[in-house]
Amino acid sequence: MSSNIFSAKKISKFFGHGKKTVCAVNEVSFDIADGEIVSIVGGSGCGKSVLAKIMLGLYKPNGGEFLYKGKPITNTRDHWNEVQSVFQDPFGCFNQFFSIRAQLKDAFGILKNKPSKQEIEQRVDEALLAVNVKPADIEGKYPFELSGGQMQRMLLARIFALKPKVLIADEPTSMVDACVRANILDYLMKLKVELGMTIIFITHDIGLAYYVSDRIFIMHDAKIVEAGDPAEVTQNPQSPHTIKLLEDIPDINREWIKK
Amino acid sequence: MLKLLRNLIKEPMFVIGMSLFLITMIAGLLGPSLYTASPNGMSYARPSAEYWLGTDNLGHDYVALLLRGLQNSLYVGFMAGIIATTIGTLVGLFAGFKGGLVDDILTMFTNLFIVIPSFVVLVLVSASWPEGRSLTLIAVLIGLTTWPWTARSVRAQAASLRGRDHISLARINGATNLQIIFKHILPYLASYVFMVFIMQVASGILSESAISMIGLGPIGEGSTSLGVILNTAKNNSAITYGYWWGIFPAAIVITMIVFALYLLNNSMEGVFNPRLRK
Repeated sequence: MSSNIFSAKKISKFFGHGKKTVCAVNEVSFDIADGEIVSIVGGSGCGKSVLAKIMLGLYKPNGGEFLYKGKPITNTRDHWNEVQSVFQDPFGCFNQFFSIRAQLKDAFGILKNKPSKQEIEQRVDEALLAVNVKPADIEGKYPFELSGGQMQRMLLARIFALKPKVLIADEPTSMVDACVRANILDYLMKLKVELGMTIIFITHDIGLAYYVSDRIFIMHDAKIVEAGDPAEVTQNPQSPHTIKLLEDIPDINREWIKK
Repeated sequence: MLKLLRNLIKEPMFVIGMSLFLITMIAGLLGPSLYTASPNGMSYARPSAEYWLGTDNLGHDYVALLLRGLQNSLYVGFMAGIIATTIGTLVGLFAGFKGGLVDDILTMFTNLFIVIPSFVVLVLVSASWPEGRSLTLIAVLIGLTTWPWTARSVRAQAASLRGRDHISLARINGATNLQIIFKHILPYLASYVFMVFIMQVASGILSESAISMIGLGPIGEGSTSLGVILNTAKNNSAITYGYWWGIFPAAIVITMIVFALYLLNNSMEGVFNPRLRK
C-alpha cells in the first residue's frame, strides 16, 4: 500500500435526520502522507472539527471510505495508541473532579506498552517543562484552578508525554500568547523531526497554517475548496473563500475593519 | 466541598429543613428504645400528664406508638429511596451514556413503568400478597415502582454530558465504558442524584402512609408505621367520635418529615444549581 497515513474518498457526515439534517462534511476526499504537516483552515462551522473527529475515529462517516494506513478504523483502542488529539475547548476537556496531574498520567492508559510508574512521572515532568510549566506549579491543582492558556498547555503536555505517531490538533494554540505559541510550535516541530510525527492542524488562522504546514486544505461549507502548497495557496489563491480568508487577516499597515 | 457546606448553612431553608429532619431522625432512631409505656387497657384515653397524646383503641400510649411508627416509616422511606435511586440512576446513566438502541430500549422500558400507575401496582400486589406483608416488602415494592422518574431525569443529564470533550478525552485516554460512566459522568451528577434521593425518600414515606391508610400496609408485630396508626384510628371511627389524638399527631409527623425533606431538597437545589445561586 501507499505510505498514506489517512486517505479519504468522498466521506460525508450528517447529523440529525429528515428536514433537520445538517451536513458537516460533504463528500470530502484527500490523502495525507506519512510525516506530513497539513493544516485544515476554515471559518467557524465549516466542518473542520467534525473532520478532525472522523480522523480520530470518534465519528464514523455516513458515506464514503476513510482509511488509516490503508485500513478502515475498526479497533479504536489500537487507533488511539497511534493517533492522538488536542481538542478545541480546553475548559471542557478535563474532568473537574480529578487533579490535572492524575489526568495526565491517566492518558498513558491508552498505550500498548505502558511505561513503568517511574517513567510515567518522568515523562509527565518533561512534557510539562516542554510547554513552559513548572511541574510544581500544577501539583495538586484541579482543572478549574487554571486559566484557558494553561489548560491548553496541559492538553499539549498530554501529547508531548504520549508522543503519538499522528497528532490531530484542533486550534491547539488559540488561547496562549504569541511567545508561548512560538515555543510550543518549536517543540512540536522538534518532536515531529524526532518521531517522524504526522501533524494535522485544524485552525482558522491561515497565517499560522502558512508558517508551519507542508500543505494547506481550505474548507468552506463542509467541502474542501482548495488544497495545495502553502506558498501557492496564499500567493495565488483560486477559490473566493481562500481570498476572503486571506483578506481578513488583520494587518498593522492596512485598514482592516471598514469604518 | 467545605465551601458548599458553608453556602448551605447560610441558606435558612436548609437550616430549618435539616433541623426538622435531624429531630425526626433522632426521635425515630432512639425514641422507641428510650421511651416505652405499657398499655393501660383504657380505649381512647384523653391526653393527660401520664399519656401525653392519649391512648389508642387497645390502650397503647400514642407517644410510644408514634415513635415506633416514625422509625418504621423512616425505614420504609429510606429503603425505598435507596432502591429507587439505585435502579433509576443506573438505568438513566446507561441509557444516557450509550445512546442509540440501548437508550431506546431502556427509555421504552422506563416509559412503560411510568405509564403504569405505581400506586395501583402497589395496591394490587399488596392486596394479593398471600400473608405477612413486612415493612421490607412494602419498601421494596415502593422502590420497584418509583424508580422510572429518577431514570428519566438522570438519563437526560447523562445524555447532555455524553457529548462533552472530557468524555472524548477519556475515550482517547483508553477509559472503558464503565470507567467513563462512574468516573467521568457520575461525579458530575452526584449532587443531582443526592437531591433525587431525598425526594424519593419523601415520596416513599408518603406512599407507605397512603398504602397503610387504606389497610394494605405492613402487618405483624412491631410493624406499626405512621400510616398504620392512621388506619387503626380510621377503622375504629376515631374521627366520628372526636378522638382527634388518634389522627392529628400522626398526620402532623408525616407532614413534618416530608416538609423537612422538601425543604432540604429545595435549599440544595439553590446551592448546587449554579443558575439558581444567589
